[in-house]
Amino acid sequence: MKKRRFFHLAWVVGVFSVFAFIPVVYAISDAFKQNIYKVGTLKPVDSVLKVKVGDRAPDFTLPSISEEKVSLSQHRGKKNVVLSFVPAAWTPVCSDQWPGYNIVKDIFDENNAILLGITVDNIPTLYAWTNQMGKLWFPVLSDFWPHGAVAKKYGVLRSNGVSERALFVIDKKGVLRYIDVHDINKRPALEDLVGVLEKLKK
Amino acid sequence: MKRKLMPFALVAVFFLTVSSFIHAADKPPQKGESLPVINLLIPKSPAEKSYLGLSGGGSFKIPQIKAKAVIIEIFSMYCPYCQKDAPGINELYHLIENDPDLKNKVKLIGIGAGNTPFEVGVFKKTYAVPFPLFPDQDFTIHKACGEVRTPYFIVVKINEDGSHLIVHSQLGEYPGAKPFLELVLKSSGLK
Repeated sequence: MKKRRFFHLAWVVGVFSVFAFIPVVYAISDAFKQNIYKVGTLKPVDSVLKVKVGDRAPDFTLPSISEEKVSLSQHRGKKNVVLSFVPAAWTPVCSDQWPGYNIVKDIFDENNAILLGITVDNIPTLYAWTNQMGKLWFPVLSDFWPHGAVAKKYGVLRSNGVSERALFVIDKKGVLRYIDVHDINKRPALEDLVGVLEKLKK
Repeated sequence: MKRKLMPFALVAVFFLTVSSFIHAADKPPQKGESLPVINLLIPKSPAEKSYLGLSGGGSFKIPQIKAKAVIIEIFSMYCPYCQKDAPGINELYHLIENDPDLKNKVKLIGIGAGNTPFEVGVFKKTYAVPFPLFPDQDFTIHKACGEVRTPYFIVVKINEDGSHLIVHSQLGEYPGAKPFLELVLKSSGLK
């Protein structure tokens, strides 16, 4: 009898688990028209961090869509740096993350911070995609080749080759002060990042 | 036999409960329909409260707004087109407010799909939005409105008896303040 109940329970749980995959909704901007590829709901995090708060942030140099190469170390002693890794161009949540940062340059300025946007896409893809966002005030960097090398260095490269949706805040000394490897399916709330930048200013 | 059917019954009940709770509409609100149930918090600002003709605290539904027509913009702080259209929508507000005949008849609100109150505040401040904006942090309203892309415009006509009807809805393609006001007035029978 007990065994039977167990099987019933297992069956119910099994069927219920299907509903755990009810698709997550996104508010996609009409700016991207029908060009956003629906990825469905993904495993929230699929990598293991290789850095922690208090560590010196690993340096890197990457090409940007404006053709200049950008190094993390060039900002040392001058600016706090926010690294915004997003998984991929032309995907739902990512397409509606940077355009938000694009209207808060004043908040970054007030807190003596700059933003570096990074994905593992190549430059032409990033160029076409970010063109839909209007003119971005921050550099967009391509971690395409060697594929995802910077994402890998920080421990945010997922098993399928895209990066996590992750925010790293690095102070002027080059030390990591905040890490948010966010659920890839959701957009981090802006106030959390702003709170960190304001604390750094103090 | 009955026992074997129990799991199915449980699953059915669970699914019905969840689906009615989420109420994810499969299409955007259409002309000729009623609005889905949308609960908004009564603004704290006395100016916004008076603009909407509301009093007290707690929540309200859009047809309770004291007006003959309400324009709803579903937007997002993160949406480039919403950012681009913001000055033009502000102009629409001013066109209405500067016309003594329309001032108390047509009202404008924005709902920030997936935006936190802070994010809605950033949008309001960046574009000096003069009309009330409401956050929809967990996408509840966005889901009830068929997960529309943004910006999405809905015009609702409110009748004397408190009943209401959607008289126009459109995705993006904001034509500018004057043509849009014309469209609002025609579709809601105010002209």
